[in-house]
Amino acid sequence: MTSIDFTALSAKHTSDATRARLRKRYWAEVRLKAYGIIAIAFAAAALLLLGSTIVTKTLSVTHEYYLQLEPRIEASERDMERLTSDNPRLRANLRRPVSESLQAAVPGEISRRDGRALTGIVSANAGLELGDLAKADNSLVGQTVAFDALLDDNTQLYLRGAFGRPQPINSSETANVIVAEGQPVVVEVGPAALSEVFAVLRAERSFQAERAAAERDRQQNAVDVTIDQIGEASDPEQIALLERRLDAYERARDAAEARRTELRRQATVRREITFEMGEDDATLFINIGGGWLKAETVERERVTGAFLEPIPAGTYAEGSWQALMIERPEARRPISDRQVVWIENFDAQGKIVQKVNSRLLEASDSASAELAGIWGAIVGSFWTMVVTFSLAFPLGVMAAIYLEEFAPKNRVTDLIEVNINNLAAVPSIVFGLLGLAIFVAGVDITLFGTEITIGGFLPRSSPMAGGAVLALMTLPTIIIAGRASIRAVPPSIRDAALGLGASRLQTAVHHVLPLAMPGILTGSIIGMAQALGETAPLLLVGMNSFIQEPPGDPFSPGNVLPTLIYQWNSNSERLFDDKTAAAISVLLIFLVAMNALAVLLRKRFERRW
Amino acid sequence: MTEMTLPTAAAAERTERERTNASGLADLPAPRAAEEIARAEIKFRCRDVDVFYGEAQAIKQVTIDIEDKAVTSFIGPSGCGKSTFLRCLNRMNDTIPICRVGGTIELDGDDVYDRDVDPVQLRARVGMVFQKPNPFPKSIFENVSYGPKIHGLAQNKAELEGIIEESLKRAALWDEVKDRLESPGTGLSGGQQQRLCIARAIATAPEVLLMDEPCSALDPIATAQIEELIDELKQNYSVVIVTHSMQQAARVSQKTAFFHLGSMLEYDETSKIFTAPGHEKTLHYITGRFG
Repeated sequence: MTSIDFTALSAKHTSDATRARLRKRYWAEVRLKAYGIIAIAFAAAALLLLGSTIVTKTLSVTHEYYLQLEPRIEASERDMERLTSDNPRLRANLRRPVSESLQAAVPGEISRRDGRALTGIVSANAGLELGDLAKADNSLVGQTVAFDALLDDNTQLYLRGAFGRPQPINSSETANVIVAEGQPVVVEVGPAALSEVFAVLRAERSFQAERAAAERDRQQNAVDVTIDQIGEASDPEQIALLERRLDAYERARDAAEARRTELRRQATVRREITFEMGEDDATLFINIGGGWLKAETVERERVTGAFLEPIPAGTYAEGSWQALMIERPEARRPISDRQVVWIENFDAQGKIVQKVNSRLLEASDSASAELAGIWGAIVGSFWTMVVTFSLAFPLGVMAAIYLEEFAPKNRVTDLIEVNINNLAAVPSIVFGLLGLAIFVAGVDITLFGTEITIGGFLPRSSPMAGGAVLALMTLPTIIIAGRASIRAVPPSIRDAALGLGASRLQTAVHHVLPLAMPGILTGSIIGMAQALGETAPLLLVGMNSFIQEPPGDPFSPGNVLPTLIYQWNSNSERLFDDKTAAAISVLLIFLVAMNALAVLLRKRFERRW
Repeated sequence: MTEMTLPTAAAAERTERERTNASGLADLPAPRAAEEIARAEIKFRCRDVDVFYGEAQAIKQVTIDIEDKAVTSFIGPSGCGKSTFLRCLNRMNDTIPICRVGGTIELDGDDVYDRDVDPVQLRARVGMVFQKPNPFPKSIFENVSYGPKIHGLAQNKAELEGIIEESLKRAALWDEVKDRLESPGTGLSGGQQQRLCIARAIATAPEVLLMDEPCSALDPIATAQIEELIDELKQNYSVVIVTHSMQQAARVSQKTAFFHLGSMLEYDETSKIFTAPGHEKTLHYITGRFG
């Protein structure tokens, strides 16, 4: 063995190699810190994005829009019966006074079809709400009252600018309105007035030309393929068929090409052009006073169209008239141009008012987006949580105490422990299937020739069934948390109690459990919070049903917040989208509150021995 | 012993006494007269006690008689089995699943490991104080009242309060805590906590008090208080104390048993063990050659 010179080894601590190694180590630390910061920044950004999306959407539904009307309440005999009944569930739908007051609020006579469109801007529920007003005070019947009618969901979205509202464009010229009997209305304007409209129309034409070009290429492909098929075919009948097809393809190709050429020309030509405003084009309005003209053709210094609300003929100076444009074509928005004009006039008259949307929290689910609220789901979630807690907590605590304090340590208890830990990791939808089979549907088995059903004692869609399923899911969490906190109680406490002559049960109940309780509660609350946000298992026991009333007890059908969110999110009405965000906000508030409670409990009762 | 600065004259006096103890075993109790020993009643009669932890034998063939109204101390190096043996006396070892006890241990003539004996009832008669003070994290009142409550010792609240006052007085803690019985027991100082644990054990009205190194977690002043207390307690109880401090054994006990590697090598009057030990190992241990 060679002898080692430790003095020489010590000298290495001040060598260049050591310094280099030191630099490398510092650099590695800096890098590691940077990675960490990047990861956290990324997570924070994602969270911020999610949070801001939800908050923005939620804020958009904190208020809802009403239209101030002055209906004269008139009730038919059948309506009167309902209005005077003591049963609060019997509601009268006074939709006629609502629509009559609407018609009275707009100038001129309205056709039946337009009448329907006009009534469509207020909620279908407005009649019922007027009925509620009259039911509360029967003396109002026959009187004219001030009434705020809830607007339809699409109208509300329109007012919030979801489809774009008419945007003013350059109107720094005089406008000359020419009205002739039997002729379309003509408005003559200065040359600069319509340049913005042309820009939008040209862009749209250019886009359409590209689509036409794509269509032409598709047809050309079909032509090529068909020509090849004709070359390979031998059966004359088949050849005739293919040639007929070829002919059709060629015609379609030529038509697309012709369309493309025309659109291209319109998109590029600068002067002397006439745009026909179709359904797929932006809408151009001329607004003078309360009168509205919708453009049908647009030329350089001339707009031809029809009145939606009449404008007196004459010459209007700069500033007294307005050209307005909605870029989104009428065909792609649920509010027609006719409705836009009504709504804009109501808004200009100050008849549209905003109110705090208490309906969102107080109402239950509804098919109409403007009426839907989360109260039913909150009550459903409450019952479900009550059932889950009262099943899972006692069972979980008892299981934890037995396993920690009483059970012998052997293979069986080891097996149980492993299984409980694994159970906590089982996907929740599996618990849903289990719960469906056992609690709701029941399992049919044949025993000694007779068929018997096991389980199936809970009604479908009920908080009882949902709560039982969630209890299965939460149980392992509570048992694990319970065992951990029971184990954290120092053995000296057990020794003290046993040394005084307390039995094992007394030791566990009087001393161990009270000390472990904060920990058990913390674990349970976190388990409950998890259950509160759970969706998948509840879908399987039917808690995603459409239920318009809060469940009065755990056995009535109900739904919960997460399943309501799931349902609303798959609805096509756009207002549901915003209300979904609001429901998510409420759910998150509950979850954060529960977790805060868990943290508070932990801090409050934290013990050091 | 290191020099200590202490605030009060009383404390200084106590330190002085400890110093003399440490140096020359000067303060030994006077040997009792022969007839007194003969009259002494035997509380525990242990014969050929073996204790196994699984396969390992922790106690080998220990035979010992423990007297009533006297202090018996168990001394010996670490791991010699004195605590294990102590825990056999009130069957605290039952809580360890792999522990087996052989031989006989009789309390007033009844085998404590008999099938008919309920260990819970046994522990009410044989109280225990542990190495580390372990008051329940509850009020002082609840700590002391727990034993009487679960054993039904008090008929009413007044009786219960009487028991608690008497127990705290016997544990020399009453004057310090009588005004704050509702404050938590864990808020007391280490020495007070240990006296609280003793009061708690006394409140159950046991016949025997087992103490497993009751002073090892305490400072010298608290230790002195506990030792005075033990001296008082022997008027009414049979006290068995496990200790690592030979001075303590010499100061408080009348009988001393020396344990070594699971066997009891010697058991005699304390004065005899510390002046003329009968076994070479005992001599080596008490003179500090090992241990």
